[in-house]
Amino acid sequence: MSLLANVSMEFLVATGIGWVTACGVYLMLRGRSFPVVLGLTLLGYAVNIFIFVMGRLWSGAPPILGQGAVQADPLPQALVLTAIVIGFATTGFVIELALRSRAEAGTDHVDGREPGERPERDA
Amino acid sequence: MNATFADVMMQMFRQHLAVLPVLLPSLTAVFMLLIGDRADALPRLRRIALVSVALGLMFALKLALEADSGALRVYRVGDWPAPFGIVLVVDRLSAMMLVLTQAVALPVLWYAAGGWDTRGRHFHALFQFQLMGLNGAFVTGDLFNLFVFFEVLLIASYVLLIHGQGRERFRVGLQYVAINLAASALFLIGVSLIYANAGTLNMADLAQRVPLVEGDAAVVLKAAALLLLVVFGVKAALLPLHLWLPATYAAASAPVAALFAIMTKVGVYSIVRVHAVIFGADAGGSALVAGPWLLPLGLATGLLAVCGVLSARSLPRLVAWLTVASVGTVLAGVGLFSPAGLSAALYYMVHSTLVVAALFLLAELLAAQRGDAADRIEPGPPLAQPALLGLLMLLAAASAAGLPPLPGFIGKLMVLQASSGIASQPWVWAVVLTVGFLTLLGLARAGSVLFWSERPELAGSGTPAGASPRMLAAPVALLGAGVLMSVLAGPLTRYTDAAAAQLADRRSYVQAVLGVEGVITTRPYGFPAPDGEGRP
Repeated sequence: MSLLANVSMEFLVATGIGWVTACGVYLMLRGRSFPVVLGLTLLGYAVNIFIFVMGRLWSGAPPILGQGAVQADPLPQALVLTAIVIGFATTGFVIELALRSRAEAGTDHVDGREPGERPERDA
Repeated sequence: MNATFADVMMQMFRQHLAVLPVLLPSLTAVFMLLIGDRADALPRLRRIALVSVALGLMFALKLALEADSGALRVYRVGDWPAPFGIVLVVDRLSAMMLVLTQAVALPVLWYAAGGWDTRGRHFHALFQFQLMGLNGAFVTGDLFNLFVFFEVLLIASYVLLIHGQGRERFRVGLQYVAINLAASALFLIGVSLIYANAGTLNMADLAQRVPLVEGDAAVVLKAAALLLLVVFGVKAALLPLHLWLPATYAAASAPVAALFAIMTKVGVYSIVRVHAVIFGADAGGSALVAGPWLLPLGLATGLLAVCGVLSARSLPRLVAWLTVASVGTVLAGVGLFSPAGLSAALYYMVHSTLVVAALFLLAELLAAQRGDAADRIEPGPPLAQPALLGLLMLLAAASAAGLPPLPGFIGKLMVLQASSGIASQPWVWAVVLTVGFLTLLGLARAGSVLFWSERPELAGSGTPAGASPRMLAAPVALLGAGVLMSVLAGPLTRYTDAAAAQLADRRSYVQAVLGVEGVITTRPYGFPAPDGEGRP
């Protein structure tokens, strides 16, 4: 218990972001389109939290002037909203694209063919 | 009444000119989406698109003429004061990039209106969105806004890339999207690290703030700058981040690939803005973070790309490798980090974009006359228009390889001159000249196979009719613009010299954007923290 009490919030958030990023990178390097999409999504989540944390961690500090002695920085919060919206749109697109790619190629491998299959004549 | 109305309109036009290159394509695109893309609406869509891009070209030329007086045009969106609101800044470099974008877009759109736009949905609207993203990236004065416009142009490019569909396009499309989403994540990490340590994302504010950052924060700031170099390197196809480009550009339809010729230049532009200006020679402890990397990587990119040119088995892939080779030369010029090097890089960049765009279009016209041989570099049936296409290819190839008196030669000569006297001069000379020679060799090989090794027994399997003058007009216009760069080399190099000098002059930049110099406008996080209260 005392061990946990000594762990700072910064440490927890930092390791959390690191862990999610690592999972995202691992999944992104898989050969199938579904894990790649999941990896990109996880990476997006990690990056969003990272932007938010770049405004430093505060508690009990509103991001609005005149509500108390301490204010949190509102700008990273505004940035992260923009990043979330863009990330959401691109995720939607990449899922659709992965589905179409699977339908066209008959496989969900990112190379458009199963491993070991002979490539079509590559120009 | 009429006169006053006209006066008001003129005043509004002058006041808002800086934002028009972004607004015009976005409004055009929305309007096109409202019209819809039924087959009977196509002629109208084509007219609207062409008029819009032509108008955009005129706006860009007007901005360039104004920028040439040396004045910075600063547009504060919503009239919010500079570091807090969004600013658009048009200087010589931005105006030049706007003109280049529109000058490439107009012939390409003309070409696409010859038939490619019928092979998929919403081509014209997406084309306009792509232009909006490109123009926005070139005029924005804020790093986060640069990210947003990057996303706009990328999302449009994702869909344009798979225009025309087909298995190969979906395959490279997925890879292209994945690599760019990963790059976008890195972009966000870099931008937020910069914000956390400099307290601002406004480029002018950063230019005065970055030199003041010291200690640990400066180290993180440098790491962030290098992260951004990776991101822009992906866009610009800098070695070793170029791997996505040849397959992607070769798979895209011809007009889309020709338009994409400008996309690598967005990466180059961003490297100039961030690494040659914000983290440039005057950036104190963080000065020239990209210094040790850019020149060697640029030269290596050129060498590797020219091997690609030599080994390419299809014409679009050869042209795609030429794109990479030109980026290598341009970034080597930028990597000299001197006004002369920058000026040379800018001149060469404009020229190579025009030539590469023309080559992508020519490659398709050529392939259409070769029956089953299509765009593969192997003997095929006799061409319908061997002399005309051959001469155009010769002109483009000689310009790409850098033969005098074409502008490619002038650009490379400027790079060589800019490197004289520095330690790495032998490397720059050796690589630039080798790349030029090998490019010539690769293009000569392709040209002799395509035009001279005919297989008469296949005669008749190709298209009997040649390319129509209407379709030929686009590559001819692009090549003509390239040749014009040779004729106007004097004024143009004066312009690029002035643009490079303007970029080096951080004081006037800061003064023009922020109004005052040296005023701390935003509060960076630093010690002591405010009271320490409220911290977890």
